[in-house]
Amino acid sequence: MLRRIFAIFRGRNREFLRDRASFAWNLLLPIVLIFGLSFALGGDRNTYTVGILQDSDDILEEQHPFLSMRYIRFVPTSNKDDALRKVSRHQLDLLVEFGEAPRYWVNPDSSKGYFVELALLQSDGTAPPTIDKEQITGDAVRYADWVLPGILGMNMMFSCMFGVGYVVVRYRKNGFLKRLRATPLTSFEFISAQVASRMVLIICITVFIYTGTHLILDTRMEGSYFTLFLVALVGAVSMISLSLVISARVTSEELAGGLLNMINWPMMLLSGVWFSLEGAGTFVQNLARIFPLTHVLDSARAVMLDGATIGEVAPSLLALTALSMVFIGIGAKIFRWGQF
Amino acid sequence: MATVLEARDLVKEYPGVTAVGGVSFAVEEGICFGLLGPNGAGKTTTVEIIEGVTPATSGEVYYYGEPAGAKFRQEVGIQFQKTALQDFLTVRETIEMFQALYDRKADFDELIEQCSLGDLLDRDNRKLSGGQRQRLLLAVALVNRPRLVFLDEPTTGLDPQARRNFWDLVQNLRALGSSIVLTTHYMDEAEILCDEIAIMDAGRIIAQGAPDDLLRGHYEGLIIELPIGDLTDELAEIEHTIYENLGIVEFVTTDVSASLQQLSPHVTNLNHIKIRQPNLDDLFLDLTGHSLRA
Repeated sequence: MLRRIFAIFRGRNREFLRDRASFAWNLLLPIVLIFGLSFALGGDRNTYTVGILQDSDDILEEQHPFLSMRYIRFVPTSNKDDALRKVSRHQLDLLVEFGEAPRYWVNPDSSKGYFVELALLQSDGTAPPTIDKEQITGDAVRYADWVLPGILGMNMMFSCMFGVGYVVVRYRKNGFLKRLRATPLTSFEFISAQVASRMVLIICITVFIYTGTHLILDTRMEGSYFTLFLVALVGAVSMISLSLVISARVTSEELAGGLLNMINWPMMLLSGVWFSLEGAGTFVQNLARIFPLTHVLDSARAVMLDGATIGEVAPSLLALTALSMVFIGIGAKIFRWGQF
Repeated sequence: MATVLEARDLVKEYPGVTAVGGVSFAVEEGICFGLLGPNGAGKTTTVEIIEGVTPATSGEVYYYGEPAGAKFRQEVGIQFQKTALQDFLTVRETIEMFQALYDRKADFDELIEQCSLGDLLDRDNRKLSGGQRQRLLLAVALVNRPRLVFLDEPTTGLDPQARRNFWDLVQNLRALGSSIVLTTHYMDEAEILCDEIAIMDAGRIIAQGAPDDLLRGHYEGLIIELPIGDLTDELAEIEHTIYENLGIVEFVTTDVSASLQQLSPHVTNLNHIKIRQPNLDDLFLDLTGHSLRA
């Protein structure tokens, strides 16, 4: 069995590595995006973002005059620890808690925090201010630090989805699957070879891009490389499995492309590749949890930016593993070799 | 001689269409068995059911007396009518990849020599000519030293030279002891390569036997043919077994001299007359009323 899996694994690897255009695209696209976005969006964000510590999801302007100020995005949050970490990372310019004992947290190293603090105090209108101040320190998370896992995850998603799903459909359409069907190769062996091949290739590509980007841009890495590798590995298997479900029966490349895009685009938009879904509604944030990419990005960012341990990202790893098992089970059940 | 393969009452139905309507035949060890018929006759569907790549609506397939299963997959070699191979792989890599899928293995060097691929081993699959590609597909079908080989329309689209080269390969294969099931719509190919044939039309076998036996059973004598425009009288006025097809009239006769004497008053140009042996094309036309190539 292993001999047959390895034969198909090696054949697919050769096919991919010798297809120079596809290989270069897999390497160049994420690199161009990371460096391009780092330069284009690397400066300060144009709007001010202030976290409002409260249980409700609604911002009530009558609560305080500060909440009606223009050009400030107010983000309700009930997780104080998470919000404080974001202030320390400059992801929130200020965190405010209104109520009986109003207070705010600001990072003295944040230029935007300084101006938002002035706006808060001016709007408060009392002298001396009746709102207590606390300071949080920490270095800013640059956009490059934040977007790097997003782009690597997106590249992984496209590579896994199209590199497996589309290829399997092409094999089925041109009769190569039928040819393999006439050999002792089983569907389990074929699927295993495809998963292994794409997993090894995408992990190598991701490690290469990450290493290069990390060395050149000196991106933030607070956690363990092993944990990050584990996240990438489990995430890749999950997305390859998803692509196998889509390609299990489809015989048309056009239909496969449409189905893959139908999943890829919402996954890319809702998983927080480019921008955080911090201010999005609860429904959208919950919806995003069904996508493997969301778990990959949340875990990768937690490891890279916050130094999360395996234990802390375990829920996401378990979710990805569960999704993989469901996808592989469905894919193996409905897989067809031919067009009949 | 043992029976290598037996197909029993194979049926394949699609909505509104019966592609194969109860096909049965047996293949003895060491022979080349031809499944003939025009495009759409059900040949490919029949062999793909036997090969296990298309599910039958009903029917059974036996390999050496046992239901075709894992042993069958290990011991048969298949060359499909249309097969894509992986891109960017060389001839050598393609053969090695398929060889790794089997427990039984042919000697690599012998296989390369047998299929005349020695000069092409490092060539990309995509850069092979039609004939070279067919030789590679044959090599892929032979990587496991198969006891039974299926060749589905292997020479379709090849030029005459490549076709003849391929016939040599098939004859060598048979000489080495493999049994062969060949599907084709080329009657000359079947006559040269096959020990036994089954002629299919509209999903059924309409005749089966050794080519010579079938021809002897249907025809007594030779065929005289001439263009219909050279006849001066109505066909009904001439006393011979007569077939008409594509502007050619054919007369079957056991006495050519007497027939020519009888025909000559009715023919405007005797130079156009041809005399030949009946062949499988004639037989098919006789049996079905339409041409194989129609």
